[in-house]
Amino acid sequence: MSDARRTALGLLAAFAVAVAAAPLLPRWALFLVAVALGRGLVALGLLLLIRTGLVSFGQGLFFAVGAYAAGTAGSRLHVGDAVALVLLGAVAAAAVAGVLGLLLARYRTIFFAMLSLAFSMIAYGLLVESPALGSTDGFNVHPATVAGVPFAGRAEAYAPYLLALAVAAAAALALDRFQRTHLGRLAPAVRENELRVEYMGASVRNVVHLNLVIAAALAGAGGAVTALAVGHIDPEMAYWTTSGEFVFVTIVAGTSSVAAPFAGAILLELLRSYAVQHAPNTWQLVMGATMLGIILALPGGLWSIFTRRRGARP
Amino acid sequence: MSAILETEGLVKRFGAVAAADGISVRVEEGTVVGLIGGNGAGKTTFLNLVTGHLAPTSGTVRFEGRDITGLPSRRITRLGICRSFQIPQVFASLTARENLLVGLGIVAMGRGAFVGSGLGGEPPEEVADRVLDRFHLAAHRDRPAGVLPEGVRKLLDVAMALSVKPRILLLDEPTSGVSADEKFALMDLVLGAIREERVTVLFVEHDMELVRTCTERVLAFHEGRVIADGPPAAVLEAPEVRRLVVGEPGLREGAC
Repeated sequence: MSDARRTALGLLAAFAVAVAAAPLLPRWALFLVAVALGRGLVALGLLLLIRTGLVSFGQGLFFAVGAYAAGTAGSRLHVGDAVALVLLGAVAAAAVAGVLGLLLARYRTIFFAMLSLAFSMIAYGLLVESPALGSTDGFNVHPATVAGVPFAGRAEAYAPYLLALAVAAAAALALDRFQRTHLGRLAPAVRENELRVEYMGASVRNVVHLNLVIAAALAGAGGAVTALAVGHIDPEMAYWTTSGEFVFVTIVAGTSSVAAPFAGAILLELLRSYAVQHAPNTWQLVMGATMLGIILALPGGLWSIFTRRRGARP
Repeated sequence: MSAILETEGLVKRFGAVAAADGISVRVEEGTVVGLIGGNGAGKTTFLNLVTGHLAPTSGTVRFEGRDITGLPSRRITRLGICRSFQIPQVFASLTARENLLVGLGIVAMGRGAFVGSGLGGEPPEEVADRVLDRFHLAAHRDRPAGVLPEGVRKLLDVAMALSVKPRILLLDEPTSGVSADEKFALMDLVLGAIREERVTVLFVEHDMELVRTCTERVLAFHEGRVIADGPPAAVLEAPEVRRLVVGEPGLREGAC
């Protein structure tokens, strides 16, 4: 079986199991997974950037753009359909990245990381200073509908969970496919040797720019999913600690599979809620220690448990 | 015969140093040309100017009569001028096969295909396997390029340049870093593949025996100028070349 088919079947199987498990899960778990998958989408975009050789410390910007676009369209333009709102979030974030990418695509390494962070902090500042968008408080998101059924009553718990699952599975599948195209194959080539990519006839800057836009679209979709699941958005989504957490999830999860960012995000959310519950004053310490343990024991990320056993390359 | 590559008064200055100091060369289609000269003579600068890696201070480069001076290297590559590197430029964590697929994929994209070959061409994966076979690289197919021995990486670098079917192939010291007894085998392999494709070849080489046997024409560089140009026997015997490039007789006897 080819890698592409194995990944596709694995993702579909995980999706089916997760959907079937929905009635068995407590409300808090449904919520936790929905929020985690929203963040996992951002990490999926970061995975693509890391494979291109870039680490962005500003994905919170696109996360927030997606959330605010979906939230604003929901409450002001009365767009109700959740899928349409998620797509809108992705498109809005992609458009912002299309513009910022003109500058970002020229930079690499720490300069790229710092510039991406700078953009996200500018966005944070703008959101805090925008009374129309609720300033520091943000605003509540209008409940959305899935296929005409509103996020209310019994559906309130299941709808965001199923929406997040569907978006996550579709995005992971699409990204995996993209990485197997000629264009997708250029990402690791750019990371390894930009000079040679140019000498084989492709524009490195265009490749970087495109991957920035794709990563931003994923982050925007993640922001929209999170906004619909939580029902509230605020400028913290664009804050640099949020961006830092995305990098954290991506690195801890590992970059060898498109499923890894989601597994990593769910683990981080679980860990966070248990740590907060059992060690309300020292939960950051618990988190930090756990993450340190993972990094020391599995330098290739959590997902390397699977790839190592199969003997595959990271 | 028509000139496929023509440079006119190519000058490249780095501050007070002229790395290329008025290079005017016409290369006919289908010829194999050797570039010789000591370190810093301007051979690699010449390749960098032709491929667009460096913009000349003055002068022009024409490919099939078209002015390509100042075009970025990716555009020049797509026109059909490819090069290999003195230090192999491969994608270290990608396998040998994936290394080839990068360039072949770019060609396929040029034909509008995002997967497969486009326009009914041969699938890039099959081309890659054939190229690996031809360059005796099949055994290294699925190994990351970064762990391959230097000589094998060198071969892979040349294979990458040749795989995209260039009209002109520029090889920068294809045999440096390759052991003496493997040099001729490597050049046989490279030139054999090149003859099948009817490519015009310019290659930088320090091994005069190789230059004598493998080329039809030699350009001798010294201090950014071409000091001799002609058939290998004549150029290698020219007194100025012997003094400035090859070294006095006796010095290099038995070197290869």
